[in-house]
Order: sequence, then C-alpha cells, then structure tokens
Amino acid sequence: MAKRTIIPFGPQHPVLPEPVHLDLVIEDETVVEAIPSIGFIHRGLEKLVEKRDYTQMVYVIERICGICSFGHGWGAAASIEGAMNVKVPERAEYLRTILHELSRLHSHLLWLGLLADAFGFESLFNHCWRVRETILDILEKTTGGRVIFSICKVGGLNKDIDNDTLKEIVETLKELKPQIKELTDVFLEDDSVKNRMVGVGVLTKADAEALCAVGPVARGSGVFQDMRMTNSHGVYDKLDFEPVIETAGDCYARCKVRIGEVFQSIELITKAVGQIPDGPVSVAVKGNVEGEYITRMEQPRGEAFYYAKGANSKFLQRMRVRTPTNMNIPALVKTLEGCDLADVPILILTIDPCISCTER
Amino acid sequence: MSYIAKSPWVIHYDGSSCNGCDIEVLACLTPMYDVERFGIINTGNPKHADVFLVTGSVNEQNKDVVKQIYEQMPEPKVVVAVGICACSGGVFKQCYNIMGGVDTVIPVDVYVPGCAARPEAIIDGVVKGLAVLQEKRDKMVKGIDAPAEAPETKAETSGEEEKADQAEKTEEGGKTDE
Repeated sequence: MAKRTIIPFGPQHPVLPEPVHLDLVIEDETVVEAIPSIGFIHRGLEKLVEKRDYTQMVYVIERICGICSFGHGWGAAASIEGAMNVKVPERAEYLRTILHELSRLHSHLLWLGLLADAFGFESLFNHCWRVRETILDILEKTTGGRVIFSICKVGGLNKDIDNDTLKEIVETLKELKPQIKELTDVFLEDDSVKNRMVGVGVLTKADAEALCAVGPVARGSGVFQDMRMTNSHGVYDKLDFEPVIETAGDCYARCKVRIGEVFQSIELITKAVGQIPDGPVSVAVKGNVEGEYITRMEQPRGEAFYYAKGANSKFLQRMRVRTPTNMNIPALVKTLEGCDLADVPILILTIDPCISCTER
Repeated sequence: MSYIAKSPWVIHYDGSSCNGCDIEVLACLTPMYDVERFGIINTGNPKHADVFLVTGSVNEQNKDVVKQIYEQMPEPKVVVAVGICACSGGVFKQCYNIMGGVDTVIPVDVYVPGCAARPEAIIDGVVKGLAVLQEKRDKMVKGIDAPAEAPETKAETSGEEEKADQAEKTEEGGKTDE
C-alpha cells in the first residue's frame, strides 16, 4: 500500500534561476498532485501607474521580465499609442518586429540551454548559451543593452538602426544558422535526449484548449493559435507568417515547436530587413491619455495581453498585463499529475516558465 | 587579490528580480565568461556556498527565504547584491510589496549596480567579495586559535582553516534545511 508523502519543491532550487514553490504529493515515485504557490517575485508594479507618467511606465513594464523585455516594452507602448490614437511610422514597426524576433531567438536559445541543464546535459547547455551570446552582441550593438533595452517608447523607437547594421545582422544570423542546427539536431535526434522527452508529459489538444494554454505549449498540442497571425502588432502580415504546429503534445513536441521558431525567427528577420522602408523611427507624442486600449501580442512564451486606461492626465488610471506563463500554469499542473518524480524538472521547464512575468 | 585559499562556491537566489540579472549571473558560468576556470561553481546547496549572490529588491514573501539561505551558509560568508534593485530597490523602490534592497534583510558586503548588471561587473563584484571573504577567514582563524597558539603563523593557514570550518559545520549540523 503506497503511502502519500509531500515533497516541497523550491522556492530555492537548482532547476530554474527563479523561485517557484510546488508541493508535490507523491505515491511511491509518482506525482499524484502538484500544488503551486506563487508570490515570491510579486512587486506590484502595476500600481506604479500612480507614481510614474505614461512615458516612464513603458520602461517600468519593460522590467517585468528580463528575458522578454523588448516585447513587454512594445506591448505597453502599443497599448498607450492605441489609447492616444498615435500612428507609429512604418520603419519603427519593422524595427520593432526585428528586435522582437531577436529577443525570441535569445529567449528560445536560453530555454534550450536550461532544458539541457535540466536533464543533465551540461555541455549542451554551455553550447546553447555560447550561441546565444552572439544574439546578445547584436542586441547590445543596436540597442545598447544586453537584456534590458529601453529602446521602445511611446510613438516609436529611441534610436534608429541603420541599414548597413541591419545587413550585418542578417549576415551574422546566416553564419549562426549552421551552428544552431548542429545543436538542435542533438535535441531532436540524440537517443538519450529523446528518452527523456518523447511521450513525457502529454497534454492533449482538448486539455490545452480547456485549460487555455498559450504559445508553444498550445502549439505543441496542435492548437492553431499565434497572435502574430492576427496582425495585432508588427508587420507579420507582410512577412508571410505561418505558425509552427506540432500535434503530439509531449515535451518533445514542445521542444520541436521552439526549435522550429528559432529558424523561423531568422527567416522573419531576413525578410523584414529585405523590405524595410526608409523614414523616421518615431513621432512626437503630446497630450494626455484618454480612453482605453487592449493590445495582444505573441511573446516568446505565448500570448500576452496589455490594457491601458487613461483618465485625461499624464498618469494612467490602470495598466494591466496578463502574461503567458500565468495561463500555462494550469496546463503544467495537469501534466504533472501522474508523472515520475524525476521528470518534474523537465515538465516545469517545457512550459518555459517566467515567474517574474507571472507575478509582476 | 593575488591569492585565494580555496575555490569559492557561489549560491544564487532571485529575490523578486526581473530575471535580467539572473540570466546574467548564469551567463557568467557559460563559455563567454566562464568563471568555472577560476574554480567558482554555482551550487544549489547553501551549506556548500561561500558567496551568496542575491538579485532583486526582496519582497515580503521571500525575505524569510533570503534570511534562511543566509543563516544556513557556514561562516565565513560574503553577500553580493547584484543589480540596482538589490542595492536600493531601483525602479521598483516605490512598489508596495518591496523591502528596498537586500541590505534591509541581511548584511551586504559588495554592491554591484546596473540594470541589468553586466557579467563583467558581476565577476568583478565576486572577486571583490573574495577579498572580503579572505579577510573574514583570517579574522576567524585568529579569533579561534589566538588563545591556544599565540604567535602568528600566517603562512600555514590552511590547516587552521579546516579546523575553523569544522567547528562551524558542527555548529550548523544540528539544523536541517528542509
């Protein structure tokens, strides 16, 4: 007769750099139930709207998360622009798309490294992060920051990226592609890696839909959903964007989706650089925010939602962000039920959790 | 800083940071910066660690966790506050849930500013912390061994250090971390 025990997981644990706490109820070696508790990174930054005006708020929202920082800054700026009826120049939209895809590249490579670390493949982890440094160099060269960029503002971008630099970026990415391919082949074809991922933590399509999973977690279960298809942000409609879909729903499928997106991002950047028009990168924004606006955008981890409401003052009345990991936690709890204790780190990682996004 | 008595092991905890500094701490371990060549290893266990890297401004819920990790670390130990949030609260200072810097909870030895702190700055901070660690260790060795052996034998500190560590471990041994 199996006895139930509770294993506390976290908040300080070696799987993620971030604190998350799970109470794992186990029977023998099988997890029966996982009870998450959060709040270790809650800062309450949405309430800062009372103290920072709307131009400053973009930089505060950017600091929700250091991995998808550009996307958050863009989401906040786009929702405020929407509420103020500001039309952003086309070049700025292109550059934002390029920077967003570069962030996705660095985020996914970071995730692949952490995944390798979770199943104990130290050297693969180091190689993923070595490749990622090239992307960070590009970002540092163009924006000035490695992880926090502060380049997005209400009305466009703080600085232009000239066409020569853009061409250089495409060249660098072209050289990087075979290197990434070499690494991702290990994830997709190596037997020891496949043993840990194929058939582990299956999330069916029905479950993914019922639990409102978003991003690569949903797409790995065959849900046809990607905010980049909706033309709600950026210039994805001009880049013939097609989402990467897998149907198996296990860890391997989620990994495959992200690997597909890495190469897709490189293609999107190349296409965007080929089409980018000349012109200004920002418009002057004057006056107060009035009315409300919602922006939905696809972050590396899935759909994020930004809501801005103005009250005819320079301070916003409300700024609300709903982040992708928040929506993926129910799916995580579902996949954890009935899994082996040894698979817990991998399952937690395959939703690509960003706890600082979740708790803000 | 020309001499390190032992390989310093670090433990990292995210005290409500935005992830920016945390991934930079991890980036220090990877081939580009590679601190492992100096013998610095990131460990998950507070009882193995000499240097405590804290990022973020520490909120109500995790201040106890930060304190616990600090208390579980054996003496001598050094705390490095990484990033402007850990130094003073930074951009989040006015948030309602924020303590405003790591030094409101535990004593901090080295401050590394920056948003996000660059890996070079973090490595520099840890190296500065090692000097503090060595100082603390020397003090401890003197403090414990002074009554028994009066003359200073600074060249042969290694054996005495082990004694000091041993004494510390037996003190800490009673507590469990779970």
